[in-house]
Amino acid sequence: MNFPATTAFPFADYLVAAIFLFFVAATVGGALIAALSTRIIRGVSGLALCCIGLAGLYYFLNSPFLALMEILIYVGAICVTIIFGVMLSETDEVLPERFKHKPYPIFGFLIGAAVAGAVFLGVSQLGHELPWLNPAIPVTADSWKVAAIGNALLTTYSLAFELISLVLLVAILGALAIARGGREKK
Amino acid sequence: MNHLLQLHQHAGVYLVLAAFLLAAGIFGLIRRRTLIGMLIAGELIFSSAALNFMALNRFTAPDPTVGQIFVLFIMGLAAAEVAIALSIIIAVYRNYRSIQPRGLSDLKG
Repeated sequence: MNFPATTAFPFADYLVAAIFLFFVAATVGGALIAALSTRIIRGVSGLALCCIGLAGLYYFLNSPFLALMEILIYVGAICVTIIFGVMLSETDEVLPERFKHKPYPIFGFLIGAAVAGAVFLGVSQLGHELPWLNPAIPVTADSWKVAAIGNALLTTYSLAFELISLVLLVAILGALAIARGGREKK
Repeated sequence: MNHLLQLHQHAGVYLVLAAFLLAAGIFGLIRRRTLIGMLIAGELIFSSAALNFMALNRFTAPDPTVGQIFVLFIMGLAAAEVAIALSIIIAVYRNYRSIQPRGLSDLKG
């Protein structure tokens, strides 16, 4: 939108477009795997793939810091934690008993697909048709630098920053308490 | 052709992608038969919100630090949510020997 087309190398534009399409495909494919697969471990792998694609998209949205954070937090922490949860409980989705001798329950699938399709069409229509009038900030501006994020975190948003660390602390303590409760009853 | 090459500088692409992630997450929430699968679908919805914030932050926001900080907070909240939900799932599995939401129909008392 703002920066000029890259001209240093004649095929640089094609390369950029190919990398962008790769990340879009990784996001879409990962989301499809995460939503459709019946094995949980494949779902977690799909989520990881989706997050890697999202990290690439954040890079294209001019925020390499958040791309790193996405990989670090989502792929490195959240997916690994979910895999631990899979290891500690059962792994596969099993069909309920009453469906064992019948064809696959297609009706619920259709309902889910209809709801998801309606949401997709409606929201993407909104995103596509509303006029987004404000001009974009030039990507070379100082406010895009990581230092600006650090400054804002420690000045304007310091209260929210402290609160989110408190929330994380309480969540970890609560997780320990819940997962430990009832263990010594046996 | 030139339009296709500049695809990564159009806000609409990111917004439609975010809508797709939201739809995939809702579909997963409806269709998955285990609590962990529903948790994964919830993460997809979080990611969709984050991508929306980042797209509007890049293309329309007057101050580009706001969206990035908000997405950082979303990531922190998602991590906290996963920690709590997984501990609940493990506690449920210890009591019911199953993580299917269909079976969780007992009340204490």
